[in-house]
Parts: sequence; C-alpha cells; structure tokens
Amino acid sequence: MHELSIVSSVVDSVTESAAAYPGARVLEVRLRVGALASVVVDSLEFCWGIATEGTSIEGAKLVVKTVPVVVWCEPCGKASELEGVQSFRCPLCGELTIDVRQGRELEIESIEIDEAGEAGKAGEAEGIGKTEGAEVPR
Amino acid sequence: MTTRIVELRQGILKKNDELARVLRQKFTSAGVLVLNLVSSPGTGKTAFLERTLRELLAHGGRPAALVGDLETDNDARRLAASGAPVRQINTHGICHLDAEMIERHLTGWEGVELGGLDYLFIENVGNLVCPSSYDLGEKIRVALLSVTEGEDKPLKYPTLFNSADAAVITKMDIAEPCGFDRELALRNINEIRPGIRIFETSSKTGAGMEEWLAYLQEMRKL
Repeated sequence: MHELSIVSSVVDSVTESAAAYPGARVLEVRLRVGALASVVVDSLEFCWGIATEGTSIEGAKLVVKTVPVVVWCEPCGKASELEGVQSFRCPLCGELTIDVRQGRELEIESIEIDEAGEAGKAGEAEGIGKTEGAEVPR
Repeated sequence: MTTRIVELRQGILKKNDELARVLRQKFTSAGVLVLNLVSSPGTGKTAFLERTLRELLAHGGRPAALVGDLETDNDARRLAASGAPVRQINTHGICHLDAEMIERHLTGWEGVELGGLDYLFIENVGNLVCPSSYDLGEKIRVALLSVTEGEDKPLKYPTLFNSADAAVITKMDIAEPCGFDRELALRNINEIRPGIRIFETSSKTGAGMEEWLAYLQEMRKL
C-alpha cells in the first residue's frame, strides 16, 4: 500500500507545475499507469481526495489511464501487447521474452487547468466563451 | 472559463529515480556491488543475508548491509553478529525503502566508506509489492521466495519478479515435507522473467551458497 506516497508525489509535482500559471485552477490531473507498475488504481483514487485536501489543487479530478504491457519478440521482429501479466510470451509465436517495451509507466501525462481560475468566474458569468486546449497526440 | 491542457509527461517517482541514478554512479565508481533483497515477510531474507555475510567475510570479502524494517533494530543486531558493518533503517510504517533513505543512512555510517567495501546488501522491508516501484541505485535486484510460500508466488507478484535480476529460493532443506513442487516453481519464475539466474538455497545447511557466492564475485567483476 504505497499509493498514498505515490499520490502525494503527484500532488507535489502538480502543485509545482501549476504554480507557473498564477490564478489558474487545476481541473483535472491525468496519469498513465502501466500494468506492471504495482499500483492499484482504486487505491490511487481513494487516496486522491485525502492527499489534495487543503492544497491548491483541491477539487481537481484524477483520471488514470492504464497502459498494457507491450513486449518485443526478437524472432518475430514485432512488438505485441500482452493480455495479462502472468506470462511473458510473445502472443504470436509463444516465445518467452524479457524485452518489455511498455507497461512500467508511472507518470503524470498532463493537467487540465482553468486559466481564469477563481478570478475568471465573473467573466464566465458574463458569457465569455470557453476555449478548449487541444490534446497533443502521443 | 478558459481551459487548457498542459503536457507534463513526467515520472511520478522522478525525484527517487534521479537520486537512485546518482547513487548508482557513486556505487560504480567506488567499486562496490549493491544488491537489493526483496521478499515477503518470513521468507528468510535475514537468515540468508546472515549466512552470505559470514561466508563472504570468511573468504576475505568486505561486505556491509543496510536493513530496512518498519520498527525495531532486531535484524541489524542479528546481522551485526556476523562481524560485518550493519545499519538499521526504520521506516516507521512506510512499506518500502526509497533512494533518499539509502542516501541518508550512508551518510555518517561510522567506520564505513563505500570505497572500502566490496558488497553492500540492502535488505528491503518485507513486502513483494511496493519495493518494486522504488529504484535504490542497486545493480542487482534479488527476489526471494521460500518453499513454504507456494509455487505461484511469481505469478501473483509479476512486477517484482519481472524486474528482478536474480531469484533465490530459500529453505530448500524443508522442501520435501512442504510438498514443494520445484519444477513448477522454476517454471513460474521463468514464465515471468525468462532466463533469470535462480539459486536454490538453504541458510541452515548452506546448500546452494557456493553457487550464490560465485555469482556475487562474478557480478562484482563486471
């Protein structure tokens, strides 16, 4: 159960990054968690409320994207996604492989902020349009 | 409302990973082989380490150990009886060791200089889940399991076994009465971490220790 430590690290990093946008409010924090990261997504979500309480990002939503394991198979010359983590065999040829290309991720992908933040609430009421930032494809 | 997506793409454990990298460089330049021993509570990490320390000392090696536990310095006192320098790390409730704890406990360790060591063993907190996320700057991560734990442990905790560099099976002296299926255990380890070096040991009888010590020497030269 180290999810609370993980979540606390996320809160620290996000608070730090968000400080570059004074007055902005963090709406959403998006994580990428690999199937091999040893992290329970439900526990992250459970800890999120506790860890953000009283911080500048209190109220932000946590969105966790799980990343499947991808292994590289030398004989096939191909990367394939594994269905589970019970066996590290190429799904195409059945050969065992130690070359894990994806699935260990434990990262903060992005944050969504409201740049107007608290200060912008009046403007919002006056009908200033919403501009949605485009998500950069990975 | 003016919303915007800010790409961060940063590792959540970035601080730990950066410090671990610094430690790894330090260990390499000091010529000390660092191993991180991870298992469930009760696998026999301490007994295995105790035997390893004694045998290394008897062969003229210069080992030391950092030992992590939630509370008490029982393990450190037990290991220090081997004659090797040992320092306890109490995590006070934290379920794993991190790079910062290692750095802090290497500082001001009386009578111990990294340059004067051949081997530094880090006995992690008994836990097969959380320690797998934290790089301590070790060269070799060792996953241990005992014959009493069930042959499917590697399948239940794939993250740790998949990230391990060596596997040690302990308590082989009681394998038979426990009904331990050796073939199945080896197959399961191999299914999660193909080709990993596996040592079948008994801290009580000393079985498998010779091979383990040869491996340590070999890895230190690399």
